[in-house]
Amino acid sequence: MRTMDATQRGPALILRMLPFGRYTQGPGSVVERSMRVHSRTWVIMVSGFAEPVVYLLAFQIGFGALVGKVVGPGGQLVDYVAFVAPALLAASAMNGAVFETTYPVFFKLRYAKVYDAMLATPLGPVDIALGEISWAVIRGGVYSVAFVLVMAVMGLLSSPFAVLLVPAALVVSFAFASVGMALSTFLRSPSQFDYIRLVVMPLFLFSATFYPVSVYPESVRWLVHVSPLYHGVELMRGLAAGVLDVSMIGHVAVLAALAAVGVAATSRRIGALLLG
Amino acid sequence: MSNWRAMWLRVEGHWAWYRRYWRSSLYSSGIEPLLFLAAMGLGFGSQVEAGAATGGFEYLHYVAPALLVAGATMSGMGEASFPVLSGFKWQKDYIAVTATPITPGQLLGGQLLWLGIRLGLSGAIYGLVALMFGAWLRPAALLVVGVGVLTGLACAAPVMALAAATYDEGRRFVVMFRFVMVPMMLFSATFFPISQIPLGLRWLTWISPLWHGNEIARAAALGGAHPLAVAGHFAFLVVLLVAGVALARKLFYRRLVV
Amino acid sequence: MARDGEDDEREHLMVSGKALVKRFGGVAAVAGIDVEVRRGESFGFLGPNGAGKSSTMRMIACVSPRSDGELRVLGMDPETDGPRIRARIGVVPQLDNLDVELTVRQNLQVYGRYFGLSRAQVRAKAVELMAFAELSDRADDQVEPLSGGMKRRLTIARSMVNDPEMLLLDEPTTGLDPQARHLLWGRLYQLKQQGVTQIITTHDMHEAEQLCDRLVVMDGGQIVAEGSPSELIRRFSTREVLELRFAPGEQDGQLPHVADLAGRHEVLPDRLLLYADDGEAALEAAHARGVRPVSTLIRRSTLEDVFLRLTGRSLVD
Repeated sequence: MRTMDATQRGPALILRMLPFGRYTQGPGSVVERSMRVHSRTWVIMVSGFAEPVVYLLAFQIGFGALVGKVVGPGGQLVDYVAFVAPALLAASAMNGAVFETTYPVFFKLRYAKVYDAMLATPLGPVDIALGEISWAVIRGGVYSVAFVLVMAVMGLLSSPFAVLLVPAALVVSFAFASVGMALSTFLRSPSQFDYIRLVVMPLFLFSATFYPVSVYPESVRWLVHVSPLYHGVELMRGLAAGVLDVSMIGHVAVLAALAAVGVAATSRRIGALLLG
Repeated sequence: MSNWRAMWLRVEGHWAWYRRYWRSSLYSSGIEPLLFLAAMGLGFGSQVEAGAATGGFEYLHYVAPALLVAGATMSGMGEASFPVLSGFKWQKDYIAVTATPITPGQLLGGQLLWLGIRLGLSGAIYGLVALMFGAWLRPAALLVVGVGVLTGLACAAPVMALAAATYDEGRRFVVMFRFVMVPMMLFSATFFPISQIPLGLRWLTWISPLWHGNEIARAAALGGAHPLAVAGHFAFLVVLLVAGVALARKLFYRRLVV
Repeated sequence: MARDGEDDEREHLMVSGKALVKRFGGVAAVAGIDVEVRRGESFGFLGPNGAGKSSTMRMIACVSPRSDGELRVLGMDPETDGPRIRARIGVVPQLDNLDVELTVRQNLQVYGRYFGLSRAQVRAKAVELMAFAELSDRADDQVEPLSGGMKRRLTIARSMVNDPEMLLLDEPTTGLDPQARHLLWGRLYQLKQQGVTQIITTHDMHEAEQLCDRLVVMDGGQIVAEGSPSELIRRFSTREVLELRFAPGEQDGQLPHVADLAGRHEVLPDRLLLYADDGEAALEAAHARGVRPVSTLIRRSTLEDVFLRLTGRSLVD
């Protein structure tokens, strides 16, 4: 048998994390745990219908009346509420995903030691990362279906491509859930959650969510393009209006890359923290 | 020990904590409303024509006082929820404190006093930066900081009562944020006037403490309000605060003296 | 069975470590130990806090890569076969990490699902294990309000969900009241009767004597002795121990008068220990010399005495 020294151990640790086939279970049983925990809070999840109604109503009767028409995708003039609704869907996919993968994950990682218990079984760090992220995406998916239905009822969808809003919301959820979970593994005290807000709130407010990117001076627009939420917003705005173009591939690619980086980083961090 | 002295000792205790964590907590209470001001007041405001809906004012001037009050309300309710529950349940510092000569009532008072100081502090920072944005039209706008403190405390006290009566992991707070706080923020004439809300739903705005706070704040910052109306809004908030504190006090005693 | 001796030997070795090392930064928590655990036995790591017991357990549980040396668990290498090994063992960590968001029953079911058991299997298994842990009447309660002993029983029951061939128990009864400990010891004995191999760490000599067929004494990351509890006592201590307590401040002055009454003595802050095969005789001799302790006690040697002999320190400090 070989003897391991420090330099050989590094790669071995990565090997332990990467090949998915070596994990007997896959993330399914991790998702199942979350479903059981939340089996009694389905009411809250279903009540997710109420929230888009509240938001969209506020924008229809309130903000919309202040603004009137704005320039939407492809240069056409649209009602303000139709302009903002897809962006709100993207933003709430982000908020939901980040919420679901920060406080609960921190609690399970640092206090309840749920992941330590999982790692004593055949499950590995990749299972945990994918399982927890998938749960956030599932919740986000339920919510976004509700949101899109409300949009449809309010007459805010002008294209059959709008059915793609749901998968687009899943991509946004996945991207932010995996990055959110990766960041959570770095937090050491609950007060540090404010740092996550410090990132999320500006993304929410400044990703061309509430007004067109043209409002910004030319010189700072690149900053908006750096925001991952901006890519989600643009993608959804195009789909809701039925204005498709090549840039959408770029938006999806950015979000998919974030998702991949997040899953890899989360797996490595959980391995480093708990398999020491 | 006198009540004020006991409450002040609690404030000192909070201050010791705050000195370690002020960076992150100053952000959530002080800087976030400024981000809202930049995004909504300037960004969204650029799409709004000054008109009847905004009382003839530019949107920035219209929204700036309300955003301070709304920010104070949100952070007041936030600080009164999980952090207070933690004092009973996770960190258990309330249990440690009431093992000293400090009574549960004084503990509650100290918590509110500390919250008031923080709301005042973050309101002042907001006010200064908003001044640089050119958001204030007259010196009386200074009063908006006080309105923020009052409204924030009036909303926080009942939430503290709720926290004292919460024994589970506090999921009810998440529900409260979603279904009370966010709608309150949107439909309390923070971003658009009450006249745009359908008559049938307007009573919801009337019972919203944030709306009363917003009305006083706009009266101070923009002028032109009837003194009696302002007095009425003020009375509403004071009554809510007193009732909330009384309820919270009762529940603090029930939970800590067993 | 047509199998050669070496294979047979390997089949019976649940754990074999050679020159096993675990370093954290520059510090060696485990500094090169050789250890073998055979199928069906109850094997103990006895030592004070910080001796390297838990680090060794984590390596065996495949959640901590070794820094150096060899380790086989169930004949496999934890480095490459971690999930396969973990599928066949049960782990009871030092601190209960039950899932506080789930009920007693759900804790067992969900944990079973992590092993890939079917839903029907985990349902049946949960019922069986709750009976084993005497928690059937708390089945649908949350975990948090359970007593320390109940939580510990649930943790042990949970570790049994995959019918493990080997259980790793890290300080299984630390912090429990005597009644709860005896109940747990009974349960562990029952599992041993069923042929489940057990590896136990403890800093409690009673527990080691009660549970272990064979044990190693660890100190400073190294193994300082190995054997059955009675063997170790025979080898490293006398049959009896005479304990003498003196009035405060008198112990040092009295020591010269009694030191030669036994082959060996130990000075503790609050008492003198004289290691003599006949404690009664030693006490009489002391009395004859006019030594008047405040209290005296003659008792049999324990693993505590073995540890004191080997390391010069008490197990619990």
